[in-house]
Amino acid sequence: MAEVIKTADEFRTKVLEAKTPVLVDFFATWCGPCRMVAPVIDEIATEKAGQVAVYKVDIDQSPDLAFKYQVSSVPTLIVFENGQIKNERLGAQPKQNILAML
Amino acid sequence: MTDQVTDNRMGAPVGPDEGQEVYDLAIIGAGPAGLTAALYAARAGLSTALFERLSPGGQCAQTEHLENYPGYTRSTSGFELSMDMYDQALSFGAKAIMEDVTSVDFSAEPNKLVTPFNTYFARTVIVATGAVASQLGLPHEDELRGRGVSYCATCDGNFYRDKDVVVVGGGNTAAADVIYLSRICRKVYLVHRRDKLRATAIYHERLRELGNVEFCWDSVAEEFITGESGRVTGLKLRNVKTDDERVLAASAVFIAIGMRPYTAFLEGDLETDGGGYIVADAMGRTTMPGVFAAGDVRTKELRQVVTAVADGANCAQSASEFLEAKEAIEEAPSAL
Repeated sequence: MAEVIKTADEFRTKVLEAKTPVLVDFFATWCGPCRMVAPVIDEIATEKAGQVAVYKVDIDQSPDLAFKYQVSSVPTLIVFENGQIKNERLGAQPKQNILAML
Repeated sequence: MTDQVTDNRMGAPVGPDEGQEVYDLAIIGAGPAGLTAALYAARAGLSTALFERLSPGGQCAQTEHLENYPGYTRSTSGFELSMDMYDQALSFGAKAIMEDVTSVDFSAEPNKLVTPFNTYFARTVIVATGAVASQLGLPHEDELRGRGVSYCATCDGNFYRDKDVVVVGGGNTAAADVIYLSRICRKVYLVHRRDKLRATAIYHERLRELGNVEFCWDSVAEEFITGESGRVTGLKLRNVKTDDERVLAASAVFIAIGMRPYTAFLEGDLETDGGGYIVADAMGRTTMPGVFAAGDVRTKELRQVVTAVADGANCAQSASEFLEAKEAIEEAPSAL
């Protein structure tokens, strides 16, 4: 299961300062497509453990993080590398599309 | 990783590897149609593989309240119903494969199904891939997705709290979207090309009671208006009767103009109608022997969860009959 990040501090240390690429799933508990893609995200977290870190941000619990990354559609999937946005995709995606973002 | 994807496609084997399982039935899509087909096929003793690109339930799983699934008198969550159907199908032995079928070869014997990760083989196939939201087809529509253009009001409505928004469409989805958004947004414009809605009667009454909805009849969306931020700031309309143009100031445009069948991976292997839906008879038989179609992806009048599950059961029965007939021919001693 991909861990949920709650604070900006946590986001900085776990995502922006990470040594590996990081996939972040900005989601909402009330969003259908978010639920559809959740098992795919978890599968990638397990399969890519050690190579890619995978986290989730609940946009209702962490509105500041959602605002900072201009999330205005859920799910929004963002891949960070060396603290920068490398790739971004909106909407539930099949596994191969998410892997291609990494 | 992308290289690996390419490699698999390039080097996809022509037939099953030694010892690789050939399923009696492959079902593509685990919405209500595919899940029911899997349930019936597994119970009938067919070895059944159920393919799904995301997670089970399809559109049904994304429906907050189902009010018209018989037997559930209190409105039920489409997600919960889907997960129950999924558990039920698997409990009888259907095998779920969470991969996206990206191409098929129905001329191969057995039928071949290719995903970005593997190649699979099955004696019969049920296509139950459903439908996805149609786009308006206006310039910049793709780039503006997430910047004010949305196809899911319940997903994105909250980002436009107390703002003015537009819903384009006239069916049940559009009506439900307007009702939902009217509770969150300051004002909701409903843009429809005709002078009345196609939506079911129950919606008309609910819509009339809303104070912050303005109907723009006989109107079509012509152009997204964007601001300096690159986000939607409005929508230009044209009245189809008078040709008058009007710009609605709005932060978001929710598009609910219906669905289109999800069939791109078939590459024209099956006959489709003008709308792109797979032509199939009452028992789900398509123009290709041993290939069946169920649910929203097939030609039919009423696309609902109840009709999808019925299609699924019929297709499982057809697949079973097809396999029996084939076996009888293969086992019959040659007349020569």
